[in-house]
Amino acid sequence: MSAAPASSRAAAGTPLIDARDLEKIYSSGDVQVHALRGVSLSVAAGEMLAIKGSSGSGKSTLMNVLGCLDRPTRGRYWLAGEEIGCLGRDRLADIRNRLLGFVFQNFQLLPRTSARENVELPLLYAGVAAKARRQRAEAALARVGLADRAGHQPNQLSGGQQQRVAIARALVNDPKLIFADEPTGNLDSRTSAEILRLFEELGAAGITVLLVTHEREIAAVADRVIEMRDGEIIADRRRASRRSTREDA
Amino acid sequence: MSFVQVLFVAVRALLRNPLRSFLTALGIVIGVGCVIAMTSIGSGARARVDETFSAMGSNMLIIHSGTSRRGGARGGAGTLPTLQWEDLEAIQNEVPAIASAAPLLTSAAQLMAEGQNWASSVRGTTPVYFEIRNWPIGRGRFFYDAEVDAGAKVIVLGQTVVDNLFGAFTDPIGQIVRVGRVPFEVVGVAAKKGQSAFGTDNDDVAFVPVTSYRSRIEGGLGQFLDGTIFASAVSAEATQEAQRQIEELLRARHRIRPGEPDDFVVRNLGDLAAAQQEGARTMTSLLAGIALVSLVVGGIGIMNIMLVSVTERTREIGLRMAVGARPRSILSQFLVESMVLSLIGGLLGVAAGLGSASWLVARFDWPMLLEPGIVALALGTSAVVGIAFGLYPAWKASRLDPIQALRYE
Ligand SMILES: Nc1ncnc2c1ncn2[C@@H]1O[C@H](COP(=O)(O)OP(=O)(O)OP(=O)(O)O)[C@@H](O)[C@H]1O
Ligand SMILES: [Mg+2]
Repeated sequence: MSAAPASSRAAAGTPLIDARDLEKIYSSGDVQVHALRGVSLSVAAGEMLAIKGSSGSGKSTLMNVLGCLDRPTRGRYWLAGEEIGCLGRDRLADIRNRLLGFVFQNFQLLPRTSARENVELPLLYAGVAAKARRQRAEAALARVGLADRAGHQPNQLSGGQQQRVAIARALVNDPKLIFADEPTGNLDSRTSAEILRLFEELGAAGITVLLVTHEREIAAVADRVIEMRDGEIIADRRRASRRSTREDA
Repeated sequence: MSFVQVLFVAVRALLRNPLRSFLTALGIVIGVGCVIAMTSIGSGARARVDETFSAMGSNMLIIHSGTSRRGGARGGAGTLPTLQWEDLEAIQNEVPAIASAAPLLTSAAQLMAEGQNWASSVRGTTPVYFEIRNWPIGRGRFFYDAEVDAGAKVIVLGQTVVDNLFGAFTDPIGQIVRVGRVPFEVVGVAAKKGQSAFGTDNDDVAFVPVTSYRSRIEGGLGQFLDGTIFASAVSAEATQEAQRQIEELLRARHRIRPGEPDDFVVRNLGDLAAAQQEGARTMTSLLAGIALVSLVVGGIGIMNIMLVSVTERTREIGLRMAVGARPRSILSQFLVESMVLSLIGGLLGVAAGLGSASWLVARFDWPMLLEPGIVALALGTSAVVGIAFGLYPAWKASRLDPIQALRYE
């Protein structure tokens, strides 16, 4: 996959993500938790966006809603021009399959299943034939530097390698958007830096990346950093300089 | 997702835990195994009953003297003979549905050969009796009609009698056997027939011409036939008709008025065979019923494990949904999993059933008959059991919420 030309990103009139006044209320028993209290957010295609904030501020909740894994209690949300609120479960599954990729803090790989088969999973549900599945999975694994580990099972891989497999899985169906919720949370700082570099490469290749992180250096690679507190966005900073340097490159 | 892909995913999932998959399928293995073994043995038993009766002569009828009305006192069946020798002739000659008929007079007698003696049953009859009973000769010959007419002192022995009088090393043909004081020449040995359907030894018997029997062994009762008439209908289908015709003939000959009971008994082996068949069939369906119950129990076992599996694999389900599995894909995955489990169980069960049935056959010399219909039915049932009992767990899995499933501990 080659980097999309800068012009096409600039020309994209509608934002990839357009969320307005999202609210999410968890109610367990008679206790109600306002995890999101009116979040509005617009993300253009190709942006690399970091979300930070203290624990419990609603970062994961926001990611899940934007990633079509969860529905907001109130508010409207357009993804790639389509309003998500009124879609059924099947259509949401298709959107997750074709448009989105997920990277989780705890990897979420299928146990006793080889790296290649784990990466093939989204293609399976996209109806890709076995041979093409295999080739594309191997290409995705090569892209994250694990070409020689395709046959290994998760318990034969280090944490960093497992997260690379998960990234390959997120990539394999050429998504427009990748969600990563604390992808380096379970890794040491050196491995984190490697994973981070991978996300940078993805961003450079034109994939929109939404990254939840606590770490300063990771937030530093993003074009834009959003800070949350108590279910609200309290800061939204762009780094025009970084973005322009990448576009110049 | 194509069916092949779903199947592939399901098989992969099952192979991740092979021992558990096998144990889960075991319930079905046992259920189907029972169905197959029971029905194979059951139909084998039916076939044996058939065989037994056709060995006895399937178009055979047996006519006894019935309750005598003579002298006012009613005896049991056959206590006083009511059948006459002329009745036998009439049955032979006047009943269209009858092919042949033979008398059989029986008494216990001491048989003596050189140095040995043996208490057995001596029977007076005619050669046609052996045809009616489908009883071939083993060695030598049966006596001829001419010998019957002449009252010849010839005897045909059953194998048990031969064994006891002569042992294994003497050729009995041509030897002399005394019945009481009367010497008879052995002309033949009847083929070994084994146990009768009623548990007696068919081969512990000796046959002499009916004329010699009457003149030399038992004086007889003049015009009355103190024994049984064996008759064969022209075909197996004609036995009912033959029975009716004989009853009509004998009632007319014995001058029995309408409304009065018969003074004779006609038994039709077809009816007896049908009753036996019915018994065997009832037994088979009873056993098959039990086996079906065990299939259902096996199905519940599958459901249990599938429910456990859904709970255990909640995160896997969440992940599959996150990467784009539709609820229907999840549903079909779990459904196909339980179907594959029960079908494999079914196949193993067919193998186990056939194995144990053939072991029983070898061990107890019991006939076995495999009915392909039953195999198909058992496999079909196990597939249905798989679907029926897999449906709820699969539906439960497909209704999971992706994010909750991913977060499941
Ligand atoms: N399933 C749930 N049921 C009830 N409350 C929930 C649920 N999920 C999250 N919450 C609550 O919603 C709030 C936001 O949670 P969220 O997981 O989004 O925080 P976060 O910013 O991701 O925190 P962290 O940095 O620790 O991951 C928290 O107060 C949390 O307790
Ligand atoms: Mg979180």
